[in-house]
Amino acid sequence: MEGKIRQILKDHGRLSIDTTKLAVDSDLYQAGMTSHASVNVMLALEGVFDIEFPDRMLKRSVFESISAIQTAISELKTN
Amino acid sequence: MTKSATSSLIEIARSIGQNIAGPAANDVDEKARFPIEALNAIKEQSLLSAYVPQYLGGAGASLRDLSTISEELGRHCGATAMIFAMHQIQVACIVHHALDREYFRNYLSDLVNHQHLIGSVTSELGVGGEMRSSICAVEHDADNFTLVKDSTTSSYGAHADDLLVTARKSYSSTGNDQVLVLVKKGDFTMAQNGNWNPLGMRGTCSAPFKLTSKGNIEQILKVPFSTISSHTMVPVSHFVWAGTWIGTARSAVSKARAFVRGQARANPGTVPPTALRLAEVVPLLQLLRTSSDALLSEYERLISSDPPSEELSSLSYALKLNNLKISGSELIVEIANRALNICGVAGYKNDSKFSLGRVLRDAHAAALMVGNDRILHSNAGMLLVLKDD
Repeated sequence: MEGKIRQILKDHGRLSIDTTKLAVDSDLYQAGMTSHASVNVMLALEGVFDIEFPDRMLKRSVFESISAIQTAISELKTN
Repeated sequence: MTKSATSSLIEIARSIGQNIAGPAANDVDEKARFPIEALNAIKEQSLLSAYVPQYLGGAGASLRDLSTISEELGRHCGATAMIFAMHQIQVACIVHHALDREYFRNYLSDLVNHQHLIGSVTSELGVGGEMRSSICAVEHDADNFTLVKDSTTSSYGAHADDLLVTARKSYSSTGNDQVLVLVKKGDFTMAQNGNWNPLGMRGTCSAPFKLTSKGNIEQILKVPFSTISSHTMVPVSHFVWAGTWIGTARSAVSKARAFVRGQARANPGTVPPTALRLAEVVPLLQLLRTSSDALLSEYERLISSDPPSEELSSLSYALKLNNLKISGSELIVEIANRALNICGVAGYKNDSKFSLGRVLRDAHAAALMVGNDRILHSNAGMLLVLKDD
C-alpha cells in the first residue's frame, strides 16, 4: 500500500521533494502539496484503492502524511 | 461581553457612519483618498480594539458584533467599512492564534491604548493571486528577521500603522509552507509601486507596494499560516466582508424605498409599479443576511470548542464558506442593479439624493477581491471528491 501511495503522491502531489525519500510521517503540505493537488491525490487514491472517502474524512489531517493516508485507507477497507 | 455593551458598540458605529463616514463618502470616493475622518473617529471610540478580549482591555466583541459594525459603517461608506473589516481580520488572527504568547498579549494591550491600524500584506507579485503561496521568505538569525515583499495590492498600505505579512517560513521552505509575521510601525517602509485609480472602493487606497521590513523573531506567529488561514483568516474575512456588503446593499435598498415612498405619496391610494420591484429586491437582502448569519453561528460553535473543531479544515466547510462569498458578492450587485432600476434616472444621476453610482461601483469590488473565478475553480475541484453523504 505504501508504494502505491508514494506513486500517487509522485504523480499528483506536486511535492518539491522526491517522494521515495519522504518519511511516512512527513507533513505533505509542508512538502509543497497545495489544496488543489491534494484533491487530485484524493481522486487517485479513490481510483487505485477502489474506495470512496466520505465527506467527514475529507479534511487536512487525513491527508497530511503517508501514514495518515494509510490509516484512512485501512479504516475504509475494513468497513 | 454583555448585551448592552454590544449594543453600545453598534450604536457608536451607527453614529460614526451617519455623522462622519457618510458625509465624507462622496469626497473620499471622488478623490480616491483615505477616509481619515472616519478612521480617526473609529480610533477615538476604540473600535479598532473591539475584538481584543476584555482581560487585555478590549471590548471583547463577538465576530457577529464585528460583522454588524461593518454593516453599520457600510451603510454610509463602503471603503470605511472595508478598512474596518480588513483590520479586524488581522486582529482576529492574533486573538485566535497567538494569545498563548506574552509578546502578542502585550501587543494587543498596546492596540487598545494606541489604536494602531493593522494592514494586510498577503498578495504578492508572481503568485497569481493565490494567498496560500508565497515567493518571499523570512530571513532570520537567532533573534531578528528581515522580510522584503512585492505586493500587488495592500489595503490602505500607506496608512497602516502595523502590518501582518505572509511569507515562506524560510528560504528552504516550499511556497505553501508559510508563516504570518507582524511588522511594526517604524520597522518597515512601504514604497508605492503603482497608481490607485480603481472603479470603486476607492477610499481603501489599496495600491501595490514594495515592503521592506525587519523585526524580532518573536513577531512571527508560531501557528502555521495554513491553520490560521483555514481557521480564521478565510472565515472571518467572509463574515466581515458580508457585513460590509449587507451595509452597501442596505444603502441601495433604502434609496429605492425612499424613492418608492415618494411616488406613493404623490398618488395616495395607489400602489406605484416600482413598489412591486421593491418587494422583489427586499428578499434578496434578507437572503444575503440569513446566509451569512447561519454560517456565522456554525463558525462560532466550531471555533469555540477546545481545541477548535477539525471541521474547520474540512473540504465541506471550505465549500460552504466559499459559497457565501460567491453568492454574497453576486447578490450585492444584483441588489444594487435592481435599486437603480427602481430609482431610474434619479439613481443614475451623480448629484441626486437617490444617486447609486458609488454604491454600484463599490458593489462590483465584492466579486473581485479574491476573484470569484479562483474560488469557483477551487470549489469545482472539491466537488470532484465531495459526496454530500
